[in-house]
Formats: sequence, C-alpha cells, structure tokens
Amino acid sequence: MKVLMFGWEFPPKIYGGLAVASYGITKGLSLQGDVETTFCMPKPCGDEEKFLKIVNMSQVPVVWRDVNYDWIKDRFVGHTAEDYYRFRDHLYADFNYLQGLDDMGCIGFAGGYPSNLHDEINNFSIIAGVLARSEQFDLIHAHDWLTFPAGVHAKMVSGKPLCIHVHATDFDRSRGKVNPTVYSIEKNGMDHADCIMCVSELTRQTVINQYHQDPRKCVAMHNAVYPLSQEYLDIVPNKTPGEKVVTYLGRITMQKGPEYFVEAAAKVLQRTRNIRFCMAGSGDMMNAMIQLAAERGIADRFHFPGFQRGKQVYEAYKNSDVFVMPSVSEPFGIAPLEAMQCGCPSIISKQSGCGEILDNVIKCDYWDIDAMADAMYSVCTNEGLYEYLRDEGIKEVDRITWEKVGLRIRECYNQLTSRGYFNNDDYLNAVKGIK
Amino acid sequence: MKQICLYFEIHQPVHLKRYRFFDIGKDHYYYDDYENERSIRETAEGSYVPALNTILEMCKADTAFRPTFSLSGVAIEMLEQYAPEVIDLLAEIAKTGQAEFLAEPYSHGLGSLGNEASFKDEVKRQAKRMKELFGQTPKVIRNSNLIYNDEIGSIAAEMGYKGIFVEGAKHILGWKSPHYVYSCAADNRISVLMRDYKLSDDICLRFCDASWSEYPLMADKYIGWIAGLPEGENVINIGMELCAIGMFQPLSSHILDFIKALPACARERGISFATPSEIISKNKAVGPIEVPYAMSWNDEERDTSGWLGNTMQREAFAKLYDEKLVGRILACKDRRIKQDWDRLQATNNFQYMTTKAQAVPMLRANYDSAFDAFTNYMNIIGDFLKRVKDMFSEQVENDELNALYTQIANLGDELNVKDKEISTLRARLEKFEGSEPAKKAPAKKEPTKKTVTKKAAAAKK
Repeated sequence: MKVLMFGWEFPPKIYGGLAVASYGITKGLSLQGDVETTFCMPKPCGDEEKFLKIVNMSQVPVVWRDVNYDWIKDRFVGHTAEDYYRFRDHLYADFNYLQGLDDMGCIGFAGGYPSNLHDEINNFSIIAGVLARSEQFDLIHAHDWLTFPAGVHAKMVSGKPLCIHVHATDFDRSRGKVNPTVYSIEKNGMDHADCIMCVSELTRQTVINQYHQDPRKCVAMHNAVYPLSQEYLDIVPNKTPGEKVVTYLGRITMQKGPEYFVEAAAKVLQRTRNIRFCMAGSGDMMNAMIQLAAERGIADRFHFPGFQRGKQVYEAYKNSDVFVMPSVSEPFGIAPLEAMQCGCPSIISKQSGCGEILDNVIKCDYWDIDAMADAMYSVCTNEGLYEYLRDEGIKEVDRITWEKVGLRIRECYNQLTSRGYFNNDDYLNAVKGIK
Repeated sequence: MKQICLYFEIHQPVHLKRYRFFDIGKDHYYYDDYENERSIRETAEGSYVPALNTILEMCKADTAFRPTFSLSGVAIEMLEQYAPEVIDLLAEIAKTGQAEFLAEPYSHGLGSLGNEASFKDEVKRQAKRMKELFGQTPKVIRNSNLIYNDEIGSIAAEMGYKGIFVEGAKHILGWKSPHYVYSCAADNRISVLMRDYKLSDDICLRFCDASWSEYPLMADKYIGWIAGLPEGENVINIGMELCAIGMFQPLSSHILDFIKALPACARERGISFATPSEIISKNKAVGPIEVPYAMSWNDEERDTSGWLGNTMQREAFAKLYDEKLVGRILACKDRRIKQDWDRLQATNNFQYMTTKAQAVPMLRANYDSAFDAFTNYMNIIGDFLKRVKDMFSEQVENDELNALYTQIANLGDELNVKDKEISTLRARLEKFEGSEPAKKAPAKKEPTKKTVTKKAAAAKK
C-alpha cells in the first residue's frame, strides 16, 4: 500500500509534538513491511531516518526550468534529481507570477513556523498538486491544519481517499477564541476528508461539535511513545534526600494552565516546606508566572530553569518526584507518558487527551487547585502511592507502542481503500484485538 | 434431614467527606453527613424495611422459620441515627425467638489481620450491643467480609464462641463439600460453617439476570437443587448482604415473594431451617479444615487482595494498625477518638483503593479513582493519628498507660466505697442529731481525702 503523506515536521528537527507523532506513525506503519510512505515536508535537513521516502517540497518544481543534470544532481536534500525531472513532467499551471522562485523553478520554504505561515501553507498546497499528478499512491494522509489544503488539493487531483490527522484544533490553542482563517482551513480540510483521525476522544468531540463533522468518519487515534533509549535510561537521578521536587514541563502558555500549577504550589507550601517546585519551559506567560510566584511568597521554593532540550528533559523527569500537566485543553499531551517512562508519577488535568488511555495517573480538573495540591502532597508524603504510580506507570506506558498505533491506522487505511468510506463503529469492532 | 441456615449481613459504610491535606490539624470531623443520611435512607426504604417486614411475617406465619443476622457496630450507629425503624423491626424479629444474631467486629474492619487486641475488643463491644438491642448474647461469630484463617478461628475459640461462619471457598475446600460442619484446624473447640457461595449468589447476584440459564428462578426449583444434594450433605449455609434484597435485586423482580415461598417449598421436600447454633449443636464436625492464608467472600479470588492488594492499601493498613497507636486508642477514654477509629477501619475504605480489574464495575462512592480514595483517606488518617499521638506524651509506653488507667479506675472504686461509707455514717449521724452534734468528725475528714486523691490522679494523667 502506498501512502502520500503530508507533514510539517519530522525528527531530528523538532519544533513541537507534531514531529514526534509524525515519526511514530510512519515508523509504526513501516514495521508492517508492506506500507510504502512518501513523506512530503517543507524543508528536511537531510539527517532524517531512511525508513521512508522523503520529498523535499523546497525542491519540487512548480515552473519549468531547463536545468542541466550534472549541475543540480548534488543539490538535493530528501529526494533525488531523477525525482525532480519526473515532477517537472507534471507541471499543471503557470506559476511564473510567484515570488521567490529559484533557478530550479522551486518555491523555497523557511521551515518551522515563520511569520508568513499562510503564504507557506498556500505554496505547500500548490506543490502538492504537482506531486499528486506525478506520484502513484492509494491514499493521502495529511498531518495537522498546515497541510490540510495540500491534502485536499491532492485529493481533488487524484480522487484518492483523504485521511487527515488532527493533532490539535484551534479551539485547544486559543481557549475557544478561534482565529477565523485557521478555523476555515481546518473546517475545509475536515469537510473534504474521508477519515478524520483525532489524537483523543476529547479532540474527536471538538471536531464533531465545533467543526460539525459526521461522527462516523471521526476516529480517536491515540498517540504512543517510543521506549527510552539506553542513554536516557542510564541517567542517574540526582535527588536531595528529604526533599521532593514537583515539576511542570512544557510551554508556559495559556493552553497549558501554568497559573493553576503556581496556585496549587502555593497551597502545598502553606503546609510543608520540604517540597520544591520547578516550572521548566518558556513561553509568553513566563514573566507573569514569575510575578505570580513572587506575589504568593513562594519564590524561594519555586524555580524557573527555562527551556529544556534533548537529554535535559529526561534529566528533569528523573530528578522529579511528581510531574504535573494542568493543561486547560490538551489534545493528547505526550509529556506525562515520557515522565512515566522515567518513573515519575504524573498528575494530569481531566481535560488532557492522554488521560483516556492512562489509568496509573492522578486526574483532576485543571481549575480544581485544591485537588491538584492534595494530589501533589499525597504523592510526596505517601511512599505507597508514589511506589505504586512509579512501578505500575512504567508497566502501563510500556504497553502503549507506536506499533499498535500503526496497526490501528492500517485498519483505517484498509477500510478506505477497500470500500472508499470510513465508519468508526466498524473500526472499533475491528481493533478490539489490538490491546 | 437437610437444614438451611439463611443468613443476612447488615452493614453500611460511613462515607467520608472530601478532606484536603490543608484540613489536617484544623478539622476533626471526617464524615459526609448528607451522603450518609441519603444512602442509609435509600437502603432502609428500598431494602431493609420491606425485607425485614417480610421476614417478620414469615416468622409469625411459620414458627419453624429461622433467619440469622449479623450487624456491624457502625451500621447500628447509623441506623439508630437515620433509620431507627430498622432496629425496631429487628428487635421485633428477635422477640419471636426464632432469629439468631451473630457476633462480628464492631467496625467491619481488618482488625483480625491487623491487631488481635483491637479485634477482641471490637467483638466484645458488638456482642454487648447485640445483648442490649436484641436480648441475646451471640454464640456464633462471623468476621467482617467472612475473613478467616486458622489464627482467627483460634482467637474466636479462645473468646468462647462455639462456631464461626466462613466462606466455602473452592481453593480451600477442594474436593470437600461446604455442606458439612468442619472444625478449625488450630482449635477444635470451634465449629466452622461454610457458606455455599453458588446457592447464595444465585439469589444475591443472579436472581434477576435474564441472561442466566436458570432464569427465572422459582422457589420450588431452588429448593429442588438443595433437595437434590447427595445424602449426608445436611448443612446448607446461604449468606448474603441484606441489601441484596431490594438493592442488588430490585423488589420489582419479586424477590420477596421468592423468599416468602421458600419455607413452604422446603417443608414439602422435608427440608427445615435452622440457626447456626442449632446446626452446631446437632451436627458434629466431620473433620478439621485448614486455612493457612486469609480468605474472604470477596471477588473471584476469595482472598484479601481487594483490601490489601496494592502498595497503597498496604501502606494505609500499616499506618492504621500501628501497634503503639492502636494500644493508645484502646487505652484512651475519648469517645470521639473511639468512634472515629471504628468508622475509619471499615473495609469499604480500603476497597475504594483497589486497582484490581473488576468483573462488575466497582462503586467507589464519591471517589474518582483509587488514587483519589487513597489521598483522601490518608489525609484523614494523618489527622486522626496526629490526634491520637497528641493525647499522650511520646515517652509513655502503652503498658504504663494501661497501668495508670487501672490505677485511676481503682482509685475511683475506692472513692465509691468511701462515698458509701460517708452516706451510711451521715444516716447514722442523723439518728443521733440533736443529742450528740459533736460526732461530725468522720464526715469532715472524708472530703479532704477526696480532693487529695483527685489531685493525684490528675497529676498522673
């Protein structure tokens, strides 16, 4: 089965959770052996793993240029010069009016999330038209709203079924005050999709209720985690005896509910002083949080180590006794799973999608700071609870693998390719065995 | 002749309120009054009252009918407070002389596994309540949730009980039948009555389950099964929670009519009803039954994993039954501490913390999850244990404490004797009043002595 997949990020270059999820999904599919994925992204760096075919959208022509093979053959990152000529045979309109065309007739991408994002999204879908005409595939899979227009375009051209993957909606990002442009792109993508994969039931309900989609074509496709590499497993925790560390790790922004963490911390510190709080990450609300911590008079026990990358993240988990994710609206949220892998008990908000597949975490409403404080205090003071969550948490998270997610996605693919439409009820029956 | 022992358990947990850690040390009231009243009223109206009315009718209509009950102390307290009519009904049933009331630990807790002294104390208190309320001193005992092992059997025997009601668990019985009287392997003075869980569950779990192959269950069919048991299997112990009638199996399923029809159907097949005491006096134990590890009537496993299965439950258990603290609780005279201790011990509190996969979805009362239940319970335990600790100085050992208390009690007795002496002397004095006013001396002397002893007692406190 050949899949044309549109994505915005892919490891090793990681901007957010999307890259990790894209990697997991493609890897999970590749393990089945008979799924051939062509992953199209704006700007690969060339160090991507080679289990799938990567198309560099910055080097796909939209305008005919007479270029010499020898001159360009070494310039490609991702696909090859042969691919380039094949793409060039399938130009479909005159895009000479576009600005920023290079000598090969390609539109460059900055990569990541630049300020002219909407232009890039548009360009991305123009290029998708070329790809859809030149490639052979059974199915289109588009990740997140940035690539929805590309997916829809490819579907229009090829007539193949479109599967879109909703990693987050604008309702999650904006606490309900959506950006109308983003909303319209999202809605258009969903309207054209044959199957909408949402990263949790929570997101699925948003898609059904806020984007008015048919529940039968929406499916909850939970994410998973990769087992920790030996390098991270070997990290030796550096804990101070008699002192507990409670950690928040993520962007410090409205969506993640950092202020609830500070308020709960203040409640805990009213009673006990041997607990430290750590708010790792950066974001637009960071300064406000520093101020809030000072206002509550807990700054001496409240730390802001800043943005953590790579190994630092796992060190932070390993050195913590409790991980807290008080997100106001979290489509999935992979962080608690990673914390659990490191043996760190997690407290998450009920508004987090990952809670749907986790039992060995403490769940409370994001606004219920009493419950959150109580849970933090309980894990820090009761050894039995800590041990139970640590041991059972590792066991539980080890059972959540991308391989299984790959099998579930395959089931959706099979439905789409064999009969042209998707039904969630049939899907649920079919995947009962995957546990 | 086959005999049926029909036994009902009456127990309701005391619901704990949402207790945050910042309440520790500030708030010493742990109960959710609204929920307690609501649940007790609901159970009383929907189950206890109609069921007991039926049983009372049956007793009056048929003098050979023999129901058996056991009540936990905490349930009695709650019923007295919120549904006294249930106690009245039970007392009326007791008056017919056909019912037997069993002894059990007052708190419905795990004292039998945690602390022997506390267990004994609780059983004594519950037996006393039985005597007060229903006019009979229990001769047969059953432990909370039928938790039993050889050790518990020998403790019960030591306390003078003739029999103990336990679960007829398959892994204990093996090829043996629960329809005989056995004796405890550790102490053959006590007989062991095994509950037949299949016949019991037919009523309390499956009665109105339409997917069950034997549905609908009729009294004649049910008695037919009992009559069809092999020759010699004469003791059929059927036990369930009383709220199975009306709560687990709704009254609309005509379960009361089913129960009502049992005696007549039984008589037709030559089967009678009996109380545990009657069974024990008539049937000799056929042999000892060995139970090295605790078993119960809970879950498929019939063991204690529902309460002590995970590390959280074991931590709570260890904190609750810390030997030194239990000793202090038993020694103290503070009624609130004692009452809290009873209520906090109830096994239900531990059950809410279970993380076992349940065949039937478990009701966790007002808790979201096992962790929530644990957190709430540990907060309360934290406050409670702190109160216990604060009662006495850390250095005082429990033995000393008990000695001091005995001393105080002895001094009190002494005072009583002296008081009597004073009053007799005064009476005598009155006789001589007028003629010899100078003889007031002994009366004057006593009060001074009294204050001295009081001071001594207070100082030792």
